Amino acid sequence: MSSATSARRPLAGRLLRNPLGAVSLVYLVLLFLVAVVGPFLAPHAPDQVSLEAVLAPPSSDHLLGGDSAGRDVLSRLIAATGTSLLGALIAVVVAAIIGVTSGLIAGYRGGWFDQVSNWLASTTLSLPAIVVLLAVRSVVGPSIWWIMAIFGVILAPSYHRIVYGAVREVRAELYIDAAVVSGLSQPRIIGRHVLTAVRAPTILLTSSLFAVAIAVQASLDFLGVGDPSRPTWGSMLSDGFANISRTSGLMMWPSLVIALTCVALSLLSTALRDELEQQGDSGRGKSVAWSAPQLRPAPALVHGVAPSGTPAPQGAPLLEIKDLSIAYRVGDGWKTVVDGTSLTVGQGEVHALIGESGSGKTQTAWSTLGLLPPGGFVVGGSIRFNGKELTELSAKEFDAVRGRDIAYVPQEPLSNLDPSFTIGHQLSEPLRFTRGFTRKQAQERALELLERVGIRDPQRIFSSYPHQISGGMAQRVLIAGAVASQPKLIIADEPTTALDVTVQAEILELLRDLQRETGVSILLVTHNFGVVADLADRVSVMRSGSIVETGSVAQVFAHPAHEYTRGLMSALLDNAPARGALRTELA
Amino acid sequence: MTTPLLQISDLKVAYPGHGLRRKPIEILHGVSIDVQPGETVGLVGESGSGKSTLGRAVLGLAPVTGGSITFNGEDIAHASTSRRRQLAGDIQVVFQDPYSSLSPSLTIGDTLAEPLRARGVSSAEADKRILELLDLVRLPSDTARRLPREFSGGQRQRIAIARALALEPQLIVCDEPVSALDLTTQSKILELFLEVQQRTGVAYLFVSHDLNVVRVLSHRVAVMRGGEIVECGDSELVTSAPTHPYTQQLLLASPVADPVEQAARRARWALTRTKETLV
Repeated sequence: MSSATSARRPLAGRLLRNPLGAVSLVYLVLLFLVAVVGPFLAPHAPDQVSLEAVLAPPSSDHLLGGDSAGRDVLSRLIAATGTSLLGALIAVVVAAIIGVTSGLIAGYRGGWFDQVSNWLASTTLSLPAIVVLLAVRSVVGPSIWWIMAIFGVILAPSYHRIVYGAVREVRAELYIDAAVVSGLSQPRIIGRHVLTAVRAPTILLTSSLFAVAIAVQASLDFLGVGDPSRPTWGSMLSDGFANISRTSGLMMWPSLVIALTCVALSLLSTALRDELEQQGDSGRGKSVAWSAPQLRPAPALVHGVAPSGTPAPQGAPLLEIKDLSIAYRVGDGWKTVVDGTSLTVGQGEVHALIGESGSGKTQTAWSTLGLLPPGGFVVGGSIRFNGKELTELSAKEFDAVRGRDIAYVPQEPLSNLDPSFTIGHQLSEPLRFTRGFTRKQAQERALELLERVGIRDPQRIFSSYPHQISGGMAQRVLIAGAVASQPKLIIADEPTTALDVTVQAEILELLRDLQRETGVSILLVTHNFGVVADLADRVSVMRSGSIVETGSVAQVFAHPAHEYTRGLMSALLDNAPARGALRTELA
Repeated sequence: MTTPLLQISDLKVAYPGHGLRRKPIEILHGVSIDVQPGETVGLVGESGSGKSTLGRAVLGLAPVTGGSITFNGEDIAHASTSRRRQLAGDIQVVFQDPYSSLSPSLTIGDTLAEPLRARGVSSAEADKRILELLDLVRLPSDTARRLPREFSGGQRQRIAIARALALEPQLIVCDEPVSALDLTTQSKILELFLEVQQRTGVAYLFVSHDLNVVRVLSHRVAVMRGGEIVECGDSELVTSAPTHPYTQQLLLASPVADPVEQAARRARWALTRTKETLV
């Protein structure tokens, strides 16, 4: 269960490299050895009473002293280790067998078993464990094994929940469908594909539930409901508590062992989480200044000035990006994703930035918005917008630019709307903030905007929640939000990629109309040549972090100069011949 | 004309509604289409048109509530689980998302061996077949020892095609297999689909939202909307001179990578645009 084949290195090996994991693992292994061989090495029998040892202080004969009945504390502590660990183990094993099995079946098969088992799990979770265990004790008698087994049943819903969740998640993965279509039997699919997905969360849970089981067992024994004939950590604690006024040392030893064991299990669980989910802060390294990669990008091919017909950008450009480099911190070094990119967006111009995935086009757009993800930095070059250097702005100063002079239209419209607020609220709230409108003014302006972006029933959409509208409608709403502040520049990041082609045509039409009407500049990030041809005046082609070719859309599309652009154009299927009927091919 | 490999008649698919007294939600309202041996039939439509559901119904992954799916003369719409497992040798699938369609913890070799082992092929035979498959999809032979995360989207899609080909099926359902890929990768994978068909004679039911992709690969094209087929015929005709207004609109709405031609297309699109699309 503990070998993680996916990580290629055994889990135990990785755990030992993790300081937390190594310390807790070593402690737990020692504890286990004490439980197994300890009873043979203990200086006294755990029940051996000697009158001179009653509440005796530590001595050479009784290393940790004697208890209230004159028994050797160290020997009892050693004898109790096995009982405590075995009791906790029983609880965890029972819980895992019940919970993992029911979670697997409920998650994979669904249906009535799903509903019944989830109902049972919720009911069991709501039971107060200690009270139930006290009741169990009165029925089954003082057997620690029975009580812990019943406690395992009470713990089972924790496994059920976590396994159920993991299975539901993996059930939706296409490789499960692919396995079904491959003709694999259900047990085989569960064994091969589903179990691997639940392994990590199950190991994690086991470690923390083990600590819970030890603590609960100690509590029960402390309350005196355990088996009085066996020494346990809890009963020793109880004895020490009863005699706390006569000697305080008696309570210290069992407390120390219980606490250390629980702490070790928690630390192990943390270390396991780090190793299984690889979330440890391994990026904590010495900081190294970014230096430009050895391989310098070739300068972009620039087509001449725009031919007559398309308006050439006049005066100073609105946005001027020069030699921009963006890099991400990776461990001790940097990963450069954009290097030496330059582009300009003129007043009232639509400039398209086109490239394949990983070309750095979105990174360039994000840096212009001051919204690079954590770990990403502008490490070189400048971004001048309307005469202002954006790379030098503080986060607060950027807030005054973003959403006012620079607006943003995202790729996934629906995930960019907050599901818990109405469309109207999300449109009017920023207006009150950025323009100082009253509630009523903001509402009127929002309705106007909704009408402007082609929504026929603004009032209805205004009071709708995001889940009640389609993706195309959501994109109209976000465009309305973008133009609300009368920005000078709109950055549209793949604004139509998530939409159907008929909806895409309408959103492009809307963007074109708004652009003509307001004269706003647009930086359009896309991978679609058709969208560029439809909307843009100029285009820059980006590849692995730098621009290879830039010019007017008419020129670049008619005479692509760079071989990369030509390669992309030749992969287009626009004018590829249809295949035609099967029989003509056979003839 | 030969007897069709796959004949779908008046197929209805409905998912049960949630809650006790909810009505089932019908996705396909009586769809009929056939696929000949060695033929590619393209299914094109927008989201919610039911094109993917049709593919899933053929694979036995969607609940059929009416009509029939006849494969080689046998109605498989309600095939038993064990019959389904046997059918795996004849009907296979390539999914859209190359990232979630391969199990992340199995090596490529294990993933490819899985359908073979399930049929009792010896492991030496399976290894031999895996090398053939990797060669067929133009991947190096050391691919088998590696994990999915070491491969790009295009390479993963090649692996998914190899898996589909493992049992030498007669039909592969391709559910948007190139939609998640970059332009250049997309055209290479389309070439691979053509090449594989020419070498093995497999038939494709090719589901896509992209008219261009469907046109290049399909002998015949069916256009779906709202759970029905609105137009079906020769790929040249349907994708260049469609007769149904919806197909015409679909064609005019997809932008073409030529500013002049696109301006003309946009003007024609604006003319045909009906008010109903502007909800």
